[in-house]
Amino acid sequence: MVTTLKRGVEAAEAFAEQADEDVLLGSPTALWKTALKRLFRRKTGVVGMCLVGMMMITAIAAPIIAPYNPQEVLIGKEKVRKREAPCIHLLGCEADKPQHIMGVDGNFRDQFSRVIYGARVSLSIGFTTVLFAVSGGMILGAIAGYWGGWIDNVIMRIMDVILGFPSLLLAIAIVAVLGPGIRNALLAIAIVTLPAYARVMRASVLSIKELDYVAASKAIGASSTRILLVRIVPNAMTPIVVLSTLGIASAILDAAGLSFLGLGAQPPTAEWGTMLGSERNQVFSAPHLVFFPGLAIMITVLGFNLLGDGMRDALDPRLND
Amino acid sequence: MIGYITRRVLVSIPVLFGILLVTFVLARLIPGEPCRAILGEKATQEVCDRFTREHGLDRPIYVQFGLYMTRIVQGDFGNSIRFSRPVSQIMVERLPMTIELAVGGLILAIIVGVPLGILSAMRHNTGTDVATMIFANIGISMPVFWLGLMLAYVFALLLKGTWLWLPPSGRLSAGLTSTPFFEVWGWHVVAGTGKAKFLEFIANHFVFNSIITGDWKVLKDALRHLVLPVVALSTIPMAIIARMTRSSLLEVLGRDYVRTARAKGARERRVVARHALRNALLPVVTILGLQMGALLGGAVLTETVFGLAGVGRMLFEAITARDYPIIQAFTVVIAVAYMLINMIVDVSYGFLDPRIRLE
Repeated sequence: MVTTLKRGVEAAEAFAEQADEDVLLGSPTALWKTALKRLFRRKTGVVGMCLVGMMMITAIAAPIIAPYNPQEVLIGKEKVRKREAPCIHLLGCEADKPQHIMGVDGNFRDQFSRVIYGARVSLSIGFTTVLFAVSGGMILGAIAGYWGGWIDNVIMRIMDVILGFPSLLLAIAIVAVLGPGIRNALLAIAIVTLPAYARVMRASVLSIKELDYVAASKAIGASSTRILLVRIVPNAMTPIVVLSTLGIASAILDAAGLSFLGLGAQPPTAEWGTMLGSERNQVFSAPHLVFFPGLAIMITVLGFNLLGDGMRDALDPRLND
Repeated sequence: MIGYITRRVLVSIPVLFGILLVTFVLARLIPGEPCRAILGEKATQEVCDRFTREHGLDRPIYVQFGLYMTRIVQGDFGNSIRFSRPVSQIMVERLPMTIELAVGGLILAIIVGVPLGILSAMRHNTGTDVATMIFANIGISMPVFWLGLMLAYVFALLLKGTWLWLPPSGRLSAGLTSTPFFEVWGWHVVAGTGKAKFLEFIANHFVFNSIITGDWKVLKDALRHLVLPVVALSTIPMAIIARMTRSSLLEVLGRDYVRTARAKGARERRVVARHALRNALLPVVTILGLQMGALLGGAVLTETVFGLAGVGRMLFEAITARDYPIIQAFTVVIAVAYMLINMIVDVSYGFLDPRIRLE
């Protein structure tokens, strides 16, 4: 779960602390270009990109790929049984029966179409959560790192308290306060993952603000806000980008967990965790209803994890070609 | 060393206070009245007023917080609103299950994860290495609850009738009971006292209890019931430990002193075991603490999948029922346990690596 993220935090922090003026003074586009080149040379990065790309295409092209509407109840329209096992014509299913690659669910809906549409929900959860967590974490981390003193202390102690809870439990408690639902689950996960970004951002800012070019900026008379926003933050982005890729993976996993417990997306939304949760008692009689949504979660999360690892290697200034 | 430990403990106190405050506030912010959540929607206003008064919920919020803090310091968690029983008693019944699960998960993760990581690093860039890392990456990406359900399907249904069959739910088979060790040994224990609760708490660790009483039948059955949940729970930490061990060992193997050892003519096995591994395992120790948090969180999902009455499941049910005393007590216990584990990890890290203490 969020541990993947925490694992990333340590690497990213170490990475942030050794901000290198030479690298920073070079053109930023050049840095990203080299990084992209390196990313393409690494197998993990390429596999990750393929998996993520595949999921994105699935999400965008869902109406084209899915043979049915994900909410369409097929009772009366086709001869299907409740929780019917998959029927694939190529694999010897009788030709006169309607094809359902992943079977039919407990409400007579085509499971394959639901899994396909699920990619939309999960990817948007992943991206939005991380967007919230990153922006919140960056603001807090930058303030704490740049101004220091008591502001730093207050912010970082609050972050410590959040990190003091096992993250999934805190997320459950927050959703309990806000009420179950996809939006609140998203907010809860953003809150519990925010400290990771705040810590990394703070570490970056702390090391960058000591560099000569920042002092030069100050000497010219630039305001604090301008130095922070124009001189420091853009250069502190690298570790954050790596961390947020890994963060998407753990956000998707955590959101699926909350939905599985009935606290996230509510039926009839085609969300993988919800689909799995509502059919979990049928695992012995209809394993296909549990297997495929879980597989989809795993592939997506794997994609983001591999991509994140690949990016970390590609952007690490310590590794040269 | 003592100075280091003291500093570490002092730093934790404000965080601990923060955790208590957050727990209290969160529990109060959960919408819905506890009265109607427990007594039903149709409870009359009169009944509800009395209920609120009895549970001290009509006092000002800061008074409630003060009372709550005083009680916690005294180790009194109050009564569960839903079960009308002392929270400590419920904890005595539920906590051992989760401890068995989490400890089992951690042990399995270490005894499989560390050797896998070592193997992978020693055979760097070979088929073994690639296969291990593919396994580790898949392990990290798997939803615990899905793995649990799939394991249950394979081992409880497909392998039914074979010797590999494993039970998909519960702690013991029907008809079997674990007799507490103090009853077996004929100790005189007065029910309801602190001592009785403590002994019960120990005895509720079925695996431990059956070992010390020599009840092999119960031990075998309890272990069989633990296999699937423990495997499901340990997969993610196992994968993370394997990756960490590998990358850390690879880094150490490139150091000068390892080259010296090799130059002296030491065998590779000896170089790894005697020289490299000690330093390589340091970062692995640090992440064990973090993994414990993941195990405790994962326990909610695992307990749900395998129908186990543990702390995670209890907490989840308490949140839905607005059972404040249980929510507060269980969250505090879990958070404090998590904090203590991380503190022990930090301290042991300072012990293993003297450089840390000086910072």
